[in-house]
Amino acid sequence: MSEQAAATTEERIEKLQGLGCARKRVEDARFTQGKGNYVDDIKLPGMVFGDFVRSPYGHARIEGIDKDAALAVPGVLAVLTAEDLKPLNLHYMPTLAGDVQAVLADEKVLFQGQEVAFVIAEDRYAAADGVELVEVEYEALPALTDANRSMDEDAPVLREDIADKTEGAHGARRHPNHIFTWEAGDRAAAEQALASAEVVAEELVVYQRVHPCPLETCGCVASMDKVNGKLTIWGTFQAPHAVRTVASLITNIPEHNIRIVSPDIGGGFGNKVGVYPGYICAAVASIVLGRPVKWIEDRMENLSATAFARDYHMSGKIAATRDGRITGLRCHVLADHGAFDACADPSKFPAGFFNICTGSYDIPSAHVEVDGVYTNKAPGGVAYRCSFRVTEASYFIERMVDVLARKLDMDPAELRRRNLIAKDRFPYTSALGWEYDSGDYHAALDKALAAVDYPALRAGQKAGREAFERGETRTLTGIGVAFFTEIVGAGPVKNCDILGLGMFDSCEIRIHPTGSAIARLGTISQGQGHATTFAQILASEIGIPADRITVEEGDTDTAPYGLGTYGSRSTPVAGAATAMAGRKIRAKAQMIAAYLLEVHEDDLEWDADRFQVKGNPERVKTMAEIAFAAYNQAIPGIEPGLEAVSYYDPPNMTYPFGAYVCVVDVDVDTGVTDVRRFYALDDCGTRINPMIIEGQVHGGLTEALAIAMGQEIAYDETGNVYGGSLLDFFLPTAVETPTWETDFTTTPSPHHPIGAKGVGESPNVGGVSAFSNAVNDAFAHLGLTHAQMPHDHWRVWETAERLGLHG
Amino acid sequence: MIPAAFDYHRPADLAGAVRLLAEHGDEALVVAGGHSLIPMMKLRMAQPGHLVDLRAIESLRGVRVEGGTVTIGAMTTQAEVIASGPLVDACPILREAALQIADPQIRNLGTVGGNAANGDPGNDLPAVMLALDARYTLEGAGGRREVAAREYYEGAFATAREDGEILTAIRFEAPPAGHGCAYEKQKRKVGDYATAAAAVILARSGGTCTHASIALTNLADRPLLAAEAGAALAGTAAGEAEIAAACAAAQAIAEPVSDGRGSAAFRTRLTGVIVRRAIERALATAA
Repeated sequence: MSEQAAATTEERIEKLQGLGCARKRVEDARFTQGKGNYVDDIKLPGMVFGDFVRSPYGHARIEGIDKDAALAVPGVLAVLTAEDLKPLNLHYMPTLAGDVQAVLADEKVLFQGQEVAFVIAEDRYAAADGVELVEVEYEALPALTDANRSMDEDAPVLREDIADKTEGAHGARRHPNHIFTWEAGDRAAAEQALASAEVVAEELVVYQRVHPCPLETCGCVASMDKVNGKLTIWGTFQAPHAVRTVASLITNIPEHNIRIVSPDIGGGFGNKVGVYPGYICAAVASIVLGRPVKWIEDRMENLSATAFARDYHMSGKIAATRDGRITGLRCHVLADHGAFDACADPSKFPAGFFNICTGSYDIPSAHVEVDGVYTNKAPGGVAYRCSFRVTEASYFIERMVDVLARKLDMDPAELRRRNLIAKDRFPYTSALGWEYDSGDYHAALDKALAAVDYPALRAGQKAGREAFERGETRTLTGIGVAFFTEIVGAGPVKNCDILGLGMFDSCEIRIHPTGSAIARLGTISQGQGHATTFAQILASEIGIPADRITVEEGDTDTAPYGLGTYGSRSTPVAGAATAMAGRKIRAKAQMIAAYLLEVHEDDLEWDADRFQVKGNPERVKTMAEIAFAAYNQAIPGIEPGLEAVSYYDPPNMTYPFGAYVCVVDVDVDTGVTDVRRFYALDDCGTRINPMIIEGQVHGGLTEALAIAMGQEIAYDETGNVYGGSLLDFFLPTAVETPTWETDFTTTPSPHHPIGAKGVGESPNVGGVSAFSNAVNDAFAHLGLTHAQMPHDHWRVWETAERLGLHG
Repeated sequence: MIPAAFDYHRPADLAGAVRLLAEHGDEALVVAGGHSLIPMMKLRMAQPGHLVDLRAIESLRGVRVEGGTVTIGAMTTQAEVIASGPLVDACPILREAALQIADPQIRNLGTVGGNAANGDPGNDLPAVMLALDARYTLEGAGGRREVAAREYYEGAFATAREDGEILTAIRFEAPPAGHGCAYEKQKRKVGDYATAAAAVILARSGGTCTHASIALTNLADRPLLAAEAGAALAGTAAGEAEIAAACAAAQAIAEPVSDGRGSAAFRTRLTGVIVRRAIERALATAA
């Protein structure tokens, strides 16, 4: 007997590095050596460069564009404007939200930084020189930057191109600056609950405009091969297949003649889901010039012109009994979508999954209504490290529960405990229509509170407040408790599509004769570690070591069709497809093994990496042996080869959840907030790679810190954008980032093949609430109910000032 | 983020640099570490036709501490200041302030002269130089002259340096042994300019504060010497009443703008808090 065969099942499972293994990321060898291949690393023979002329105004009419001086710059090849794109009908492009967006400004500019002209030149320097010399004459118009004024009678009409359209992609429009109204739940029941409630708490919760700010900005290289008519675009795309289909539909280039490649991507966080004018302009320029065209935006362009996130103004009312049983919830959202509706939500959900806003609580009646409006701001509204509008929803309910706790004079953790959905209620159907798959919320909350010794924290806070009263300290401690339920894994094709493209995903596996494999998926990693984790799923399914499985994504010519990576959908959808494709492989392997061992299939049992004859562990065929036979041995009735493909349409979303506790010390004189402690318990169902989960949680919490404590894309009344550079836009470094304590419970998803739920976005969803709850809690005893984010030094100081703490 | 075209020069000696500046007039700009100028060029807010890089001029580097006099060559990097034992012994506030400039990578290239010379009100070293009453050596085609740091700053990016002059060295008398000092800076994150910052240098003898100088960073269009604030402490026991008076005096001259760091009102009020903390820390470190 070989040495390998002598190994126990446990030893062989360990060697596979499958589910549950803290396997090191296979991607990191190239990234840590500077050998990644990002879009800007792509250099093609004859490649030229494009750069944008952008609007300095928030709202203005374009009186004229003079290209002559720019065209005279040595090296400048062409200058494109809307007039040049009109004959191709490409001056507008469809957005993912059913609106259209100007590729190059058509007669009007609607936000500062909007694309006005595209200069193509032999090198970046000549292109930038050309940009400076394009003369655009503007007539300034009054800017609209306060969403609360968008639907005023005398508000300036922003979108003249659709001003007379009374019907939008999501129903009736009642004002030229109105995009849609969307509602969910039972209005009458919710109103009744509020009217008859013993206690009602009310608050306006504003989630400020922020930006995903991936370290790599957006860009592409477009190359039209005039010989075979094939257009190839390498780009920063989170959904390459969707880009291919949309590109085909708007250019009429047959889909087989378009190849979209997402190479290594340096973070996406939702920013790279949409389609930007740069992609269209680079493609058009390549078609016109017959040369590859590269467009890479700089940091300021990324922050001020590509997709923002949030900008939700949420007015809430929450009803409860005096002993803290929540009986009803209402929410009205004013959603600022900027100048074009370029949200990236499933088509039937113009406010994403905002109706997850009953959160983790058993709330019998609820109603939400969302009004989307136009303003003179950059378009977007993407899901920044969250599923569609889920951090907004989670932030809303978690603040409302804290506000209610103040009103009831009840501990916020205790109020949560009384309202969390009980374990035996799953699958649980919420008042706003979602079916939560599984959860054990009380266990998670209890574990979290015990881990941080919550009673001791509150006792310490009380002692600190007394010392503050006595004048012995100028620091106040705040304790933020947050519970969250994500809704991820979009999604079931019956109700989830983007522009008609169903949101399934896919995996295609080929086993090589010597027992290694390649798996291709319809998703694309931007740092999530797919090459590591999908190989682990497969290793456990087919018994081939993860180290011998290549995972490949991002090239539409080779990968199976899929809807890409965002909204924590890769593990719930493509991960499920991977497991299902693996099971097809194993089923065929079993037939082959039966032939080789001369027994009936039913007489075989799977043992980690092999089939063995039941009751006879000496008679086995390993997957490596089976793979070789599959290709090289004539087996009656079985086709040669060992391949499988699975397209997985999930039966439901998955619902990861968690309990977070944050402790802050606020210096009331400077507004400086020190995060003393942050504890995060995540339940993402089956855990594929604990180390990657921990890394994801660290990253998501750091982005949550950034959002809660500083990030803001603000506009002044004339439409000037603030926060458009990293000087002002808060991107925390290691210095500003506290230590994270991570923990977990495991409640598998009942409908996912391996029980996994996804985790990448949970920490952002739960983290923002925990930070904000903590800062608000620091002042709660002094009468503060709610202060808006970001909780930067200035705003925190102002809160202290309003409360009279500065003498 | 692409600069306009320019010619790059790297003279080997000071005379060569001065000659290039004389030759190209206001078309030429001097670059030291480049951390202020290069971003301005990338934004095309600065478009020099000629860039004169001082990094090859060895005579502009190095720190000398002779007797009580400290001389710092303009091209000495902030990292070199932090690592300079004799300088840190004689004048620890320079190390403390330099450590609060940006991050280690930037301090490896950023220079003392560049930070002091260009008149960016956000730079940290000018306030320290005001507190130290340093003197700047300027050299140009017309020869060499010295200007007091307290006379040098005129407004945002406006200084007493003439076109064609190069700041070559900074010289000051080290504060007395046993002095106390602090550079207190509040910022939003690593790499940021101060929301408010204050340099305090003071000396004590017996129970009396014999000397106090206080200066402020990024609280006006130029670094501010808070002379009245210093006077409120000097010659007193520096008790609570005097400290409060000093803070009030410093706060009274602050004229910050409202920006991403906060409203002018917040930054003004913060001035008093930061000055107090700097004074208290300086008193605690004084012998």
